[in-house]
Amino acid sequence: MNKVYDNKAWLLILPMLALVAFSAIIPLMTVVNYSVQDVFDANTRFFTGTEWFVQMLNDPALQSALLRQFAFSLTVLCIEVPLGIGIALLMPKKGWQASAVLILVTLPLLIPWNVVGSIWQIFTRGDIGLMGWGLRELGYEYNITRSAVDAWGTIIIMDVWHWTPLIALLCYSGLRSIPEAYYQAARIDRASRWAVFRFIQLPKLTNVLVIGVLLRFMHSFMIYAEPFVLTGGGPGSSTTFLSQSLTTMAIGQQDLGPSAAFSLIYFLIILLVSWVFYTAIMNMQKDKEGGA
Amino acid sequence: MEWMVWTLPTTVFFSVIAAMLVGMTVWEVVQPTVERKGFLPISTTRGDRLFIGLLSAAYLHLMVVGFTPLSIWWALAGSVLWLLVLIRWG
Amino acid sequence: MSQSKPTTPSEVRQRAAVEDKRRRRKARAVPGRLRPKLLLCLYLLFVLLPIYWLMNMSFQSNTEILGGLTLWPDNFTLEHYTKIFTTETWYMGYVNSITYVAMNMVISILVALPAAYAFSRYHFIGDKHLFFWLLTNLMAPPAVFLLPYFQLYYTVGLFDTHIAVALAHCLFNIPLAIWILEGFMSSVPKEIDETAFIDGYSFPRFFVRIFIPMIRSGIGVTLFFLFMFSWVELLLASTLTSTNAQPIASVMTSTSTASGIDWGTLAAAGVLTIVPGILVVYFVRNHIAKGFALGRT
Repeated sequence: MNKVYDNKAWLLILPMLALVAFSAIIPLMTVVNYSVQDVFDANTRFFTGTEWFVQMLNDPALQSALLRQFAFSLTVLCIEVPLGIGIALLMPKKGWQASAVLILVTLPLLIPWNVVGSIWQIFTRGDIGLMGWGLRELGYEYNITRSAVDAWGTIIIMDVWHWTPLIALLCYSGLRSIPEAYYQAARIDRASRWAVFRFIQLPKLTNVLVIGVLLRFMHSFMIYAEPFVLTGGGPGSSTTFLSQSLTTMAIGQQDLGPSAAFSLIYFLIILLVSWVFYTAIMNMQKDKEGGA
Repeated sequence: MEWMVWTLPTTVFFSVIAAMLVGMTVWEVVQPTVERKGFLPISTTRGDRLFIGLLSAAYLHLMVVGFTPLSIWWALAGSVLWLLVLIRWG
Repeated sequence: MSQSKPTTPSEVRQRAAVEDKRRRRKARAVPGRLRPKLLLCLYLLFVLLPIYWLMNMSFQSNTEILGGLTLWPDNFTLEHYTKIFTTETWYMGYVNSITYVAMNMVISILVALPAAYAFSRYHFIGDKHLFFWLLTNLMAPPAVFLLPYFQLYYTVGLFDTHIAVALAHCLFNIPLAIWILEGFMSSVPKEIDETAFIDGYSFPRFFVRIFIPMIRSGIGVTLFFLFMFSWVELLLASTLTSTNAQPIASVMTSTSTASGIDWGTLAAAGVLTIVPGILVVYFVRNHIAKGFALGRT
């Protein structure tokens, strides 16, 4: 669309800007202020300079939490994206079935995150949970409080259960926007199922997929409530992700300075990744407009 | 404002950022930017280059402070230089 | 395809071969069409099983839950639901959650509509950077802002009120709303605006009377997303409240007492948190497919 250059548009932005600035900029400034001081209360504080940053960057616990975080985010993306595309291709397109499947698939997205944790906590318990009990009956010593492998596996299954619907729905809406004529043309050309997917459906999906991957990366990167409820970060610290380390430090231990420094590092990582994604999306749209 | 526990360095830091934003806006009004392609792999406007510069400066500071014994002032000097190069030729 | 009868033997044979081929293809197509259905059913089973298990437990007494594994409630009981609906802390948890979610939806949509319009129709200084900054807020982990929020709302005297949580959730909900709405608005042709202005509509009148009705489905979908993200968020909501505005999520943590976890009540409370979501998604089911693409397909 040809947009008009008009700086009066800022007037329309202002109310939003005031609100978001109140919720975003003031707290961010405060975090920066905390990060260079040792704060006991508003009157008792000492300037520490970069000390907290040095400490946080060299903290092995946080470094391993960061690595775990990346490993987790990549794993869930690798599972959820193909699975989500698959589900979207399978979903019926018309009739009451379409609505019913749509609602059922959306269901996990609408459950509060800690309830998701509770659901899986109940589901995987060895004594009262169907999955935990079932696996034990099958002869597998399943125990998420003892075995790090089980805990990891369960958290990944939980995340797949929770978030694949987002990818599936994004792709489903992408698929719905393909005109029927494309499929007819493909039928006339006797294109194989794979060719239809590769040359008709996938190109339409790239746009929504980038959004989906972006959202999924971000949400998996700040995952907190579900593993906290399910495993409490254990066994040991095998499922302690960044958000949880941060929250423990900030709320549990009241270490304002170090947790603020950690927040900023965390934020910078997110900022870089989202900038890369955003630039990619924007360039894709530009190419599309230029090519059309 | 007391609860925000301001310190002199952070005040200076945010003032500089604010001044940069105001400066960029004024510059934009006086002489609108043209999107172009420099040594960076994507075509950028002046604002994009400022953002890239600031983000890389932040990472540079973290690297220097966290993993080298160098003083933070070296990082600052390097960042300013990098920012200027980026704005001019990026 | 022509319906005329074949006249030469070779033509007859050819026609027969074509028919034969078609029959074979159809015969293969039946299992081929069943398999996707089967896979979809398997996935739905995977989705529903944990939820079924939660419901199953919510209808059992605690002794039955701990007594042994039963695939369905042997002694169907509503005691946990009765407990939730008669204990004030419990049902007020739901009221509190719904209150701040509703407040957040109203605030977010009101400020997001004009902003999204500006982004979809105009170029202005810093528009791209502003948009990116908004998106970073969508991605900011709430844990980063936890402490300053606590301090901020405590200082301005909003701690433990519904509006505090509603404002805090604006951090990610306003950018989200702008993002979705911008997509929908961009798909409305600009000529409509221009015609309306030529017809003498003032901007506010045009916006409310013509533009908003045109993107009604987009607004519906946006509200759905606002509901979703505000309803499921727990970290900020439970940090910014203590007793007066305590969300259901933090009431649920009180089910674990010294004598163990009250599994039945926990499960019943969990089931009740799913209900509003089902209602909301039911209302927007016809638009959701379009809305999820955020107008960007």
